[in-house]
Amino acid sequence: MDRYFRPRSLAEALDILAEHTPRPLAGGTDLYPALTGAEAWGPRPALDWMDISGLSALHGIEAAEGGLRIGALVSWTQIATAALPPALAALQQAARQVGGRQVQNRGTLLGNLCNASPAADGVPPLLILDAEIELASAAGTRRLRLGDFLRGNRATARRPDELAVALHIPPPPEAESRFEKLGTRRQLVISIVMVAGLLRLEAGRVAEARIAVGACSAVARRLPGLEAALRGAAPGDVAGIIGGATLDPLTPIADIRGTAEYRLSAARTLVARSLGA
Amino acid sequence: MNAQPPAGIALSINGEATSIMAPPATRLSAALRDSLGLTGTKTGCDAGDCGACTVLLDGAQVCACMVPLAQAEGRAVTTIEGFSATRWGRALGASFLAHGAAQCGICTPGMVMAAAELLAETPAPDEAAVEAALGGVLCRCTGYRAITEAVLAAHRFLDAPPAPAPEDDAVGARLARIDGPEKLDGSALYGADTAPADALWLRPIRSPHAHARFRLGAAPPGVTLLTAADVPGRNGFGIYPHIKDQPVFCAHTALYRGDCVAALVGAREAVLAAELPIEWEPLPALDMAAARAPGAPLVHAHLPGNVLTTGRVISGTPATATHSADIAIRTGFVEHAYIEPEAGYAERIGDQIKIFASTQAPYMDREEVAGVLGIPQEDVRIIPSACGGGFGGKLDVSLQPMLAVAAWKLGRPVRAVYGRPESMAASTKRHPARIQARAGCDAQGRLTHFDFEGDYDTGAYASWGPTVAGRVPVHASGPYRVPAVRAQARAIHSHNPPSGAFRGFGVPQAAIAQEALWDMLADKAGLDRLEFRALNALRAGDTSATGQRLEHSVGLLACLDALRPRWRELRAAAAAANAAGGGALRHGVGVACMWYGIGNTGMSNPSTMRLSLAPDGRLEFRNGAVDIGQGSSTVLAQIAAQALGLRVADLHHINGDTFLTPDAGKTSASRQSFVSGRAAMEAGLALRAAILRRANAGPDAALELRQGVLLVDGAALALSETLHGEGSFDPPTIPLDANGQGIPYACYGFAAQIAALAVDTRLGTIHMQRIVAAHDVGRAINPTLVEGQIHGGIAQGLGLALMEEYIPGRTENLHDYLIPSMGDVPEIETFLIEDPEPLGPYGAKGVGEPALVATAPAIFSAIRDATGAVITRVPALPYRVLEAIARV
Repeated sequence: MDRYFRPRSLAEALDILAEHTPRPLAGGTDLYPALTGAEAWGPRPALDWMDISGLSALHGIEAAEGGLRIGALVSWTQIATAALPPALAALQQAARQVGGRQVQNRGTLLGNLCNASPAADGVPPLLILDAEIELASAAGTRRLRLGDFLRGNRATARRPDELAVALHIPPPPEAESRFEKLGTRRQLVISIVMVAGLLRLEAGRVAEARIAVGACSAVARRLPGLEAALRGAAPGDVAGIIGGATLDPLTPIADIRGTAEYRLSAARTLVARSLGA
Repeated sequence: MNAQPPAGIALSINGEATSIMAPPATRLSAALRDSLGLTGTKTGCDAGDCGACTVLLDGAQVCACMVPLAQAEGRAVTTIEGFSATRWGRALGASFLAHGAAQCGICTPGMVMAAAELLAETPAPDEAAVEAALGGVLCRCTGYRAITEAVLAAHRFLDAPPAPAPEDDAVGARLARIDGPEKLDGSALYGADTAPADALWLRPIRSPHAHARFRLGAAPPGVTLLTAADVPGRNGFGIYPHIKDQPVFCAHTALYRGDCVAALVGAREAVLAAELPIEWEPLPALDMAAARAPGAPLVHAHLPGNVLTTGRVISGTPATATHSADIAIRTGFVEHAYIEPEAGYAERIGDQIKIFASTQAPYMDREEVAGVLGIPQEDVRIIPSACGGGFGGKLDVSLQPMLAVAAWKLGRPVRAVYGRPESMAASTKRHPARIQARAGCDAQGRLTHFDFEGDYDTGAYASWGPTVAGRVPVHASGPYRVPAVRAQARAIHSHNPPSGAFRGFGVPQAAIAQEALWDMLADKAGLDRLEFRALNALRAGDTSATGQRLEHSVGLLACLDALRPRWRELRAAAAAANAAGGGALRHGVGVACMWYGIGNTGMSNPSTMRLSLAPDGRLEFRNGAVDIGQGSSTVLAQIAAQALGLRVADLHHINGDTFLTPDAGKTSASRQSFVSGRAAMEAGLALRAAILRRANAGPDAALELRQGVLLVDGAALALSETLHGEGSFDPPTIPLDANGQGIPYACYGFAAQIAALAVDTRLGTIHMQRIVAAHDVGRAINPTLVEGQIHGGIAQGLGLALMEEYIPGRTENLHDYLIPSMGDVPEIETFLIEDPEPLGPYGAKGVGEPALVATAPAIFSAIRDATGAVITRVPALPYRVLEAIARV
């Protein structure tokens, strides 16, 4: 028997989650395709969904704590068209490359995170911003760093009674980030590798480097070793440092889109390009 | 007192307040189609991958398949039915028709609605804006360029007066397709768009295993289970009269993942929810390599070595070669990926059965259904729906036999609609090939010999495997003078999906190997690659490797002549870009040629067309050729009207209904313009002769139909009875002997294409820059439609070259299986060469398959030019390109 909850307030939603633990539904751009896959080889599974689209508290991008708070219902199109600081440029570039305009108009950034695909385009741009996810339940709210929230392929730290209500981005660095996506076709493509990178210079030296790589491990990863190695480097040395670095936390697998070796090599190239090197 | 009506979900559809009674999670697309009958919104994947279901929700484009009906509550939904009647809708519609931007039409509503969002904001957009706005809709027919042009130009069609009947509808005119308007307003009825109201639903049950024995349990109450035992006639179908090897329902063993073992029939919800217990016993599954191994188990017990068919062409004695080259390549399965999955219904009427379904081959469907039911063919009525793309994949029956069995047995209309994963798992594919080829030339670059061995994985059932094995050796050496040819192709059974017909029947795979050899030989002989091809090109008067003297219409040299200036320009531009140093990018230009026999291989394939003129002035054109988007309805009408001396607008069309139209054969083998075209011309001439006899007029008399009155040289001619004109044509061929000698085809299409691109040598990605295509089509009956075929073929060739690889169980959707998206297809320039074919109508030949064959080889030629890398594993995914570069 299908269940479809339509709460009108956050409190109501959290009560429903506490009692029934349905799957939260926002733009539907992951849940409906999954349903299509599930019913392809057998009877249609029963649905157990809670539609959160009526929760006005989850709308909007607003300034908060010196940074930004992005509500759970904010769509890719809203991200792409908002006036945001340059450190969020990678996120905005990713927003224009997730699916087609139809998906961008409906799909939400938070949904992309909760879906927890290793190839989620939203993750690397947020990892380099040290974003945190706010989880609410009837018992209270908590915040997790994105890297702690994502636990693995399609796995997150969200408890069944919790709702991801917002994303918090701390005050971002004064530097422009860049998103590099590698796919086999131009539009509507699942990434083979994607990278978000940012380089902040002070007095002609790298003061800070932030780099995250997706689709090369079960969860997208920052590259702390390389970031540290780049600190203090002259801009002209960046390419060489990247070329010689071990991309340690990355553990790519081979699949239909590429071999593990290819992914590592492509990641290195894209890291350099994301940093303008 | 009446009870309160149950509250539905209230929303506005196309400006009208309405309420839909359906569960809240119902996909908006399903609610529009099933509850409101708004079937202009198409369903292609139910996963947001294809965009066919695009509608506007409060003005923003969305995939209606991923919007829960509940979320549309209180909001404004705009569909093609509403939008097409608006000012911008009319402008877009007119622009789409003028640009030939709708072919099969299944993606058209989605494209138009995506454009609607864009144009509301940006009335005169640039190309990048069009790509960003429409990039979420996939099209498999057009190659996108015409769509982009149509959207860019739409504002110029604003407030244009409704088009009168076009003045210029003669052969050679760019007449807008006559079945276009209903594709632009969403009223064309595809397989899933209509069925009797009381139709039951059928859900096929398929094997999730590549090879397995099974035992079926009982169906739940209220649902009927159909199995092999329920098939009243022969439980088998297949393309060849003597190979009906694919069961409607497997008896006890499934031979591929997707093989149909049973069907559940009943009320829709019950059938979708029904659980059928099945005990599966998986068995070892053979791929082609395993199937070829000595002592391999047999997929079909009567076929030793798992060889279904071997085709060969052997001719000449090799002269001494100065230079030689060899290559081994491997290609993957390619999925047709028509955006309309298989759909239709069957209805029993007394002792007759009627089938409405998406198909390319109504007369073959009739034969299959009659065989499965064990009834005479005359009692089977096939009515093709509008066809949302075929490309060879809808030549085989799919759901027709099982629908027929269900409707026959239950006495109720029965319908079915495949989902995308089911369509991909169940349907035929392009044959994966393993090819080894070698060739040589003399010191001057003249070819001396060509040897070819190709193994083609034909999968679990025969389908068109014998056709592929027969066609490949004939074409393997390409459109060239080769004094000695030894070519052999085998169709090998495996436990893979059945490989069938796909635009080119194995020839595109062969051309990849053959054209790569030419590049190597040209380099060794120190010749320009284009000039090497021109030196060796077939000319009129030459004899092919099958011993056929080609008397006429061999326009390959003219194609190369047309390309030569572009070749030089693009080569110079690439050299300059490389000299300038582009970082990781290396630029290259490639060239490839092709030929393609029009019609069946050494086999009869007749077509008959019929015209009639009634005393009330009604001029009927009975045309059984299925227009699958390529435009045969328009082309045949232009030919018939030209021969008759009347206007296309005078024709009343009766299309593809096996009870009403004569047999035009299948829409396949690039044959409709040539074979049915000639039949249409003969029909037009016959009716004209009948009119002229009746009027006692001379052969040059001018005919006109004015308000139902026939005027002959301006004088009214009253008819006392209906006059008829029938025309038939069967291209003259001679079957091939054991060495492949004979006249396999009455004529051939020729083409040459150039690809210009840049290779990112760090990532292995290919940046397409331009395709220039020259095609000898004999005569372009309708240049817009011919260019549409060329563009679409190029896009599919590009997909074959760079991204398409179907893997059973892994890529059964349109996000893991990639077809080119809007941004992947570069600028295309076409040259239409018209070297007339005397047998063809007004000189015309076919172009449907020729459009695709040269593209992949031209792309690989360009990759080699840029990097030195020879692509031997197809598709050339980025990682494979880097591996190929590493081998240089």
